[in-house]
Amino acid sequence: MTAPAAGEPSLWVLFRGQLRRDLKLAFGQPSELANPLAFFVVVITLFPLGVSPEPDVLAGMAPGVLWIAALLATLLGLEALFRRDRDDGTLEQMVLRAQPLYLPVVARMLAHWMVTGLPLTLLAPLLGGMLNLAPEARLPLMLGLALGTPVLVLLGGVGAALTVGLRTGGVLLALLVLPLFVPVLILGVSAAELASSGLSPTGPLLWLAAGASFAITTVPFAIAAALRIGVEVG
Amino acid sequence: MSHAVLDIAGLRCERDDRELFADFDLRIAAAEAVQLRGPNGAGKTTLLRCIAGMHPEYEGSIRLLGAPVSGEQLVFVGHRPGISGLLSAADNLRWHLDLAGWRGAGDVIGAALDRVGLAGYNDVPCQQLSAGQQRRVALARLALPTAEVPLWLLDEPFTALDDAGLELISGLMAERLAGAGAILFTTHQAAPALPGLSTRWIGAPA
Repeated sequence: MTAPAAGEPSLWVLFRGQLRRDLKLAFGQPSELANPLAFFVVVITLFPLGVSPEPDVLAGMAPGVLWIAALLATLLGLEALFRRDRDDGTLEQMVLRAQPLYLPVVARMLAHWMVTGLPLTLLAPLLGGMLNLAPEARLPLMLGLALGTPVLVLLGGVGAALTVGLRTGGVLLALLVLPLFVPVLILGVSAAELASSGLSPTGPLLWLAAGASFAITTVPFAIAAALRIGVEVG
Repeated sequence: MSHAVLDIAGLRCERDDRELFADFDLRIAAAEAVQLRGPNGAGKTTLLRCIAGMHPEYEGSIRLLGAPVSGEQLVFVGHRPGISGLLSAADNLRWHLDLAGWRGAGDVIGAALDRVGLAGYNDVPCQQLSAGQQRRVALARLALPTAEVPLWLLDEPFTALDDAGLELISGLMAERLAGAGAILFTTHQAAPALPGLSTRWIGAPA
């Protein structure tokens, strides 16, 4: 056997290793990968059919519809976020061995965002076109989603970590995190609406940016603490 | 007198409002192995989880090398394998190395898989392996350089293994003992012959 190399355990190795593993896991299950995106697309296409095909009506509700669909699509993937890791024991190994736990948690959430929030953000302007969203609102919508979906994923991660020890955490998870999603929804929608009525969307976008910075730096601590409790429970 | 690797004193532990053990003392010195025995439900797994810091509801003191237990200084192999079925054996072991922040060189993963008799299975998703092979992947962690820590906690390491597998794992355990490590493990089977092995019962001898 090769002798262990001297040298400090590297934090970067820890972060990169977790990110690589989680992306491999995500791309190893293409159907789960496609689920939130398919949900997003289907829900958006139902609105012109179910509500009204009038271009003006659609344009008026486009920001709200896009944001609500994105929010629900994010929620869809959350329940399974830590469930499988808990069942196969990799979660307890992570909690036990990783020093600090903060880093793999950030990597885990980043990987999850890369396969949910990021594709939702990239798809949104396309679907916005379908809903007759004003062209000048497309960029603010995308920016809003790019800043807002990390917050949604992180807040949802707290809920997923808190309910990881429960057999049926689905409904509880939604009840826990949906109220926390509301400010993000309001800010994101208002950015797109301001832009489509010709006003500057900078205000709500800056609020979203502030929220994202705060969530990225602090929420992983909460997720790590909740995961510790989840591992101790069983 | 130098510190024992593991020193448990006056441990009292409850699970679901039932007292599992009280006034439990255990000392394991370097190069010693202790086999934990007891009937089902006696609290063997709970004891291991207490030591690993994954069951905080206990009274008494648990010290590793004279200090509070830190996860970096032990390897825990539990009932749950710590192996993701969707990933290959090599990817799983890579993750375990990364988790410990290991950045040495060399094909330590290939060597570890070779060691547990899984050479050539590197890239097969673990869920396609048999139960015994999956167990071997989980135990291949013990052959990684990151396993060279003071204490091993092994919960039923021999389940689902064939005779050759059992021999492999006891070989790894003997090597760790020779490297001045300490091992605490549970098993219902007769333990393999290991130097410095003693048996400790929890509850009444069955």
